[in-house]
Amino acid sequence: MFQKFSRTSGVARAGAFAALAVSVALVATGCSAGTTQPGEGGEGGDANLSITFVPKNLGNAYFDTSDAGGAEAIEEFGGTYDEQAPAEGTPDGQVSFINTLTQQQVGGIALSANDPTALCDAINEARDAGVKVVTFDSDTSEDCRDLYINQATSEGIAKVQVDLIAEQIGDEGQIAILSATANATNQNAWIELMKEDLAANHPNIELVETVYGDDDDQTSFDKTEALLQTYPDLKGIVSPTTVGIAAAARYLQTSDFKGKVALTGLGTPNQMRDYVEDETVTAFALWNPADLGYLAAYATKALIEGTITGEEGDTFDAGKLGEYTVDAGGTVLLGDPYTFNAENIGEFDF
Amino acid sequence: MTESAITGTKTTVRTYKDYARPLWRRLIISREAAVIGGLILVLIVANSTVVNFGTPITFYYLLLDVLPILLIALPMTLIIITGEIDLSVASTMGLSSVVLGTLHQGGMPLELAALVALVVGAIAGAINGFLITVVGLPSLAVTIGTLALYRGLAVGLLGTTAVTEFTKSWKDFVKSKIGDTQIPTVILIFIVLAIAFAILLHFTPFGRGIFALGLNDEAAKFSGINVERTKFILFMLSGVISALAGIYYTLRFGTARGDNATGLELSVIAAVLLGGVSIFGGRGALHGVIAGVLLIGALGSALRLASITSDVINIITGTLLVLSVVSTSFLAWLHNKRTKPGGKKTLSQAAKS
Amino acid sequence: MTTTTQPSTPIGTGTPGTTGSGFLRGLGNFARARETAILLALVIVIAIATIKNPNFVFSNDGFRNLLLTPSIIMLMAVGQAVVIITRNVDLSVGSTLGLTAYLTGRLFIDFPGIPIIVVFIAGVAFGAFLGLINGALIAFAKVPALVITLGTLYAYRGINVLWTGSDRINASDMPKPFLALGTQTFLYIPVLTIIAVVVLIAAGWYLRNLRGGRELYAIGSDPSAANLYGLKVTQRVLVAFVVCGALAGLAGVLFSARYGTVNSQAGSGYELQAVGAAVIGGVAIFGGSGSVWGAAIGAYLLLTINRALPILGVQDFWQQAVVGVLIIGAIVLDRVLAIRTARKLVEARDK
Repeated sequence: MFQKFSRTSGVARAGAFAALAVSVALVATGCSAGTTQPGEGGEGGDANLSITFVPKNLGNAYFDTSDAGGAEAIEEFGGTYDEQAPAEGTPDGQVSFINTLTQQQVGGIALSANDPTALCDAINEARDAGVKVVTFDSDTSEDCRDLYINQATSEGIAKVQVDLIAEQIGDEGQIAILSATANATNQNAWIELMKEDLAANHPNIELVETVYGDDDDQTSFDKTEALLQTYPDLKGIVSPTTVGIAAAARYLQTSDFKGKVALTGLGTPNQMRDYVEDETVTAFALWNPADLGYLAAYATKALIEGTITGEEGDTFDAGKLGEYTVDAGGTVLLGDPYTFNAENIGEFDF
Repeated sequence: MTESAITGTKTTVRTYKDYARPLWRRLIISREAAVIGGLILVLIVANSTVVNFGTPITFYYLLLDVLPILLIALPMTLIIITGEIDLSVASTMGLSSVVLGTLHQGGMPLELAALVALVVGAIAGAINGFLITVVGLPSLAVTIGTLALYRGLAVGLLGTTAVTEFTKSWKDFVKSKIGDTQIPTVILIFIVLAIAFAILLHFTPFGRGIFALGLNDEAAKFSGINVERTKFILFMLSGVISALAGIYYTLRFGTARGDNATGLELSVIAAVLLGGVSIFGGRGALHGVIAGVLLIGALGSALRLASITSDVINIITGTLLVLSVVSTSFLAWLHNKRTKPGGKKTLSQAAKS
Repeated sequence: MTTTTQPSTPIGTGTPGTTGSGFLRGLGNFARARETAILLALVIVIAIATIKNPNFVFSNDGFRNLLLTPSIIMLMAVGQAVVIITRNVDLSVGSTLGLTAYLTGRLFIDFPGIPIIVVFIAGVAFGAFLGLINGALIAFAKVPALVITLGTLYAYRGINVLWTGSDRINASDMPKPFLALGTQTFLYIPVLTIIAVVVLIAAGWYLRNLRGGRELYAIGSDPSAANLYGLKVTQRVLVAFVVCGALAGLAGVLFSARYGTVNSQAGSGYELQAVGAAVIGGVAIFGGSGSVWGAAIGAYLLLTINRALPILGVQDFWQQAVVGVLIIGAIVLDRVLAIRTARKLVEARDK
């Protein structure tokens, strides 16, 4: 008697399982059976000017400014603006968003990449579906984007920071670098060039360590504390990321090392104004992130509309910034880095 | 058994299959059927309200996203049915991802590195199993410790860098589709494993032993079931499957990082509990769990397409988890009220006889 | 016989009321040794780090950071200890900290001029409210704490991210006196540490001397016996979770004072450190034994090891692995000791 029950129960269970499998398969194949994808195609008719900005992470003042610049440009030429990013600066976080944007069939993506190669597969899937992908601030490898908007030459950015720190510590002593995430393309490019510059031109400066604050304020704060504690003879810290330099400055401001350890790097005037005024920081550099975002939006628009294809020599109009030309390797250069110090910091608001 | 340090009180919530009812009634009015119904409902609603949801490419991405959770939910179901829990699955995923990345970067061919990663996963699961069965520690504490340990090892080995160079053919394979459809090839691996686990759980003595263990492990021991060995095997299986999921995750995203898949254990446990497995052990079935995973995945996919941010998805997952456990308690309480002496049902049954 | 043998000698508080039986006094001393053992380990770690780099302790910054950085985790570990003693666990404390830290910043921005004490009270109350939700679900619905707090861990974090959006609280948004709290010292001891220690003393006194506290130990040792004995189990468990949430809320306020900038990820991962600190400090995961003093020392030990690793040349990436090893070591040690004490008790009984 019991055997009879168990046999039917077993069969019933198998049947239920099969029913589930079949229903799921039906739903999946039913939808895949030749349904046309709703959504705007890029060929013919109105160009799809919905552009989404995908910065490295959310909650980052630098990207707030750059994306606002992009929003301003998009409003000027009548497109639709959106911003999506992971909370932490990881490559796989960005991949999910790029996948979603592919499904949503946006016109273009303006991306600041967390890794040079990890995003390529997702980006190429998007490009295959007709989405234009432009990188700004942090590039990917050349074959997986349509254009790269560079804020300044990497050599220029590296050199200005090395020059600043050398000047502030008297061209000799120990320095350390507080970077963002370990994989970020732009960070690694600048750090490499900084090391070369130090080896060639500043033999008395020793770079003791590079630590990573992950573009997270609290981590950068703690890493600064650890650096100062581990290297008692440290004379200077270079932080080529706005989150890092702000956190390091805040730590230095209330520590014994204020005034004894020099701090420079890339920072935004608004975040650094306090620290420059009380002499925790003497000088730092940056460019205008809003202009960067603005230019990226116009470049994406030009690609979507077919005005340019990303070849060297293409020119396009960038609203209030004027006309820009594409350089070798699909790069567009915004300008040069700018040094901020106590004299000129009052003039800026970003 | 019931005081396995997961529950705080002795009064456990047991619902037993009412074999007096006809088969169709047992099938339809069950927790699993509710979840399957919920899944179909979500799919229908999303299809009609969210633009671009009904496209085949959406299901492609959905299945790709949800595959690690599907894979790990299989052994997790078995573990929760025995009354234990394994919180270290996501960390094992991260560890196997890092092992794969570092070995491959060091020159080892991808296939061999993947094999080593699987072995590492098995060892990780074996350590869990050893501490729980031989040393006799509660699974909650052990897996919290190994969650930290394995994740720490993963992050320690790679730092915060990521390995992103992998053999293109493997990366392509992982994302390839079956023929012309938008169904990913790797789903076949899952189907094979799911059938294997279903047979293991529902059709073998080992599986019956798992249910018996979950209901009362002392009675099971005296019935001749080797409690220690069963649990050990389950934890090792969990380790191996987590490592497999980690390999898939790495190849799919093309990144091996120490913090890959952080927090995935929540999604797995939420889906398993949503799918009708009782946290107290002794009850559950795989089809409900699979429906639960797909339900959460479909919800997440639909919300993402509707440009709702991922935190809302986390809120919903967390709330679903809480609701599914609370609702089981509530329903059991209701059931007890009706069937206990003085309840409506016992009175009517007494009247009939 | 797996989990039913748990000798419930409250560790660290002595065994009040026991007479001078040599064996029991020996047990008491042995149990008390757990706290002293961890304290000894802490001193050793500090000594090694200081030998390598005297600035670790003997500089203003070093001494201040030594005491300051672990205070936040210490508060959470104390709350966690209270919950673990009742044989539950609260995994949502990290998210609670994040929410209250953001609330603190928001209060300062939206209500300029708000007195700092009001912000403190608001933070603690909000944390207590979040703990109440946990406690109500666990105590009334009789659902395992692990599952509920796992769900609220993510739900609260999701709410935090949703509320924050892409914003972030900046240090410049907060009034200077509040930020100064983060680094001010009073007689060389940071103010935040003083606050944390006061809370610790209060919690320790409550658990040792007040009836409610002693009942928590009873509930953790054997819930069914406690129920039969007539203790108000539901109420006590609820209070335990409210206390844990309130302490996490206070930790959130201190967090914003210390770091100044709060983003949506504040506090993520802290629950692991809190549970780890409590377990390392001798609070048995089975419940029914342990003390908040042990949890506090455990918190300090954990964080000091983290801070000492870079000085000793170990990459600080290995921190989490160290936490994991310590947790596993602690629970294995607990288990071995428990088996040994059980065996001794059986021998004593059979004598």
